[in-house]
Amino acid sequence: MALPGAPSLAHYLVLGAILFAISMAGIFLNRRNVIVMLMAIELMLLAVNLNFIAFSRYLDDMAGQVFVFFILTVAAAESAIGLAILVLLFRNTGTIDVEAQGRLRG
Amino acid sequence: MLGQLNYWAALPEIVILAAASLILLIDLFVPEDRKYVTYWLTQLTLLVATCVTLTTLRATTIHGYNGMVVDDMLADFLRISCFIAVSLMLFYSRSYMAARGLLRGDVLVLTLFSLLGMQVMITGSNFLTLYLGLELMSLSLYALVAAQRDHPRGAEASMKYFVLSALASGMLLYGLSMLYGTTGSLDLDTVARAVFGHHESPLLMTFGLVFVVSGLAFKLALVPYHMWVPDVFDGAPTSVTLLIATAPDIAAFAMTLRILSGAMQGAAFDWQGMLIVLCVLSMVLGNLIAIAQVNIKRMLAYSTIANMGYMALGFLTANRYGFSAALFYIIAYVLTSLASWGIVLLLSRQGFEADRLDDFKGLNARSPWWAFMMLLVMFSLAGLPPTLGFYAKFVVIEAAINDGFVWLAVIAVVMSLIGAFYYLRVVKLMYFDAPVDTAPITVRGDTAVTLSVNGLLLLILGVLPQQLIGLCAIVLTQSNFP
Repeated sequence: MALPGAPSLAHYLVLGAILFAISMAGIFLNRRNVIVMLMAIELMLLAVNLNFIAFSRYLDDMAGQVFVFFILTVAAAESAIGLAILVLLFRNTGTIDVEAQGRLRG
Repeated sequence: MLGQLNYWAALPEIVILAAASLILLIDLFVPEDRKYVTYWLTQLTLLVATCVTLTTLRATTIHGYNGMVVDDMLADFLRISCFIAVSLMLFYSRSYMAARGLLRGDVLVLTLFSLLGMQVMITGSNFLTLYLGLELMSLSLYALVAAQRDHPRGAEASMKYFVLSALASGMLLYGLSMLYGTTGSLDLDTVARAVFGHHESPLLMTFGLVFVVSGLAFKLALVPYHMWVPDVFDGAPTSVTLLIATAPDIAAFAMTLRILSGAMQGAAFDWQGMLIVLCVLSMVLGNLIAIAQVNIKRMLAYSTIANMGYMALGFLTANRYGFSAALFYIIAYVLTSLASWGIVLLLSRQGFEADRLDDFKGLNARSPWWAFMMLLVMFSLAGLPPTLGFYAKFVVIEAAINDGFVWLAVIAVVMSLIGAFYYLRVVKLMYFDAPVDTAPITVRGDTAVTLSVNGLLLLILGVLPQQLIGLCAIVLTQSNFP
């Protein structure tokens, strides 16, 4: 089914893993801005979507692609809530710096 | 059974969804000073949903919505437990919410929606439904944590909860995509058959399982995925903390059971090893760090972490006996936890949070009855007979020993001895110290009755635990676990 030189399942999975790793790094290494964290979370969900679509195509099963639609919808709801909390945080503290959030010691 | 709509398999969910939407509308027409109308409508909804679940109770398993949800004995039992937990949470936090302007329609409706999410987690029999239930519950809880909109601590706790929880959902999904790739299905039963078909787990499946267990461990608050628990418990309004600390544990347990046992029982050897590490770390760190806390909300948060470790001790045996011990433990823990947070709420009043351990000093002089209730709760958490907590610890340790994990049982016993120190410290503060806070304790009648019944149940079920233990075993057997 695949043309010579066309990307195989493994290529997609590696790309998904790289995107996932970048988003993990974005959450844990990022010490500056909460918005960057929200972006990293979105990227993580997109990495998962890529995985699902690659597997869905490989298995010739539509369920994986349906799952992707649901993840996209949930991701939209999640960023809406995330940005709402961000606005609340900015109103209350006047900053969205990650380091400045120290009222609760984790 | 598959291939049919069978909508009544999800009847309690439909009731909650319809009622939540209706209450959202009705609340618009309720004036500010009559918000108790919305409150009692919410309580009525929970009562109706409990009755509906009881009337559709059956011993057989039914799949609904083309196999997306499953209605078995386990689902019915855990649904009713969640209804009771949320109803008690509303009873205990009524005056607290009213004093802080939290007795609003949106807070009550969000509570119902998070409950709906928990129900979907309990009944889901497909990776898709389980994930949607988890997100519905989490999204409602993020908003509830920040319900006091002018509190920086609430906003910060909400942000931390949001980022870490979204990270955990991402890991869970990444793992689920790997499981989907190796088994070719999202349906739990089909996945289970595919997993049993493999002679040894493919590498990709084990890789996915690591991510799935990490995501689930976050929801269960197991070390090292526990960082959010103390901050969220501390920063959220206590009424919301009570909600987060009780019913979602039941839902997370159900989801863990459905994924790890319902779908991945064939790979039990792989996830057992991971759970052993999480279990030991939770029991050790949870109990040790709790000793250093001076804030009761943070102390109870670390106590939750330690208790989830004990629950995992029963779960990791991966046999029916261990699962039923873990189920019994989670029910016992939620009942104890409800009473403990109920008493923290009771001592709080307008403009005052009873969140320091010092606020419990001399409680016996102020109110012997509530001091006695707190004594029962602390004895139950510490696992002292004749309270419910003793039997809960007893059955999980017994399950671990029967499966050959004697060294784990030894760690559990040593750690519960260490844990007894900080629970009994609260008892010492209540009975042997002079009160710092001398304000009279005022309690609503319905709060006093429900909280007293809850406290006494810890004692009664501690003396007669056999019925509940038996019920847990029957529920799992009827639902075909493992």
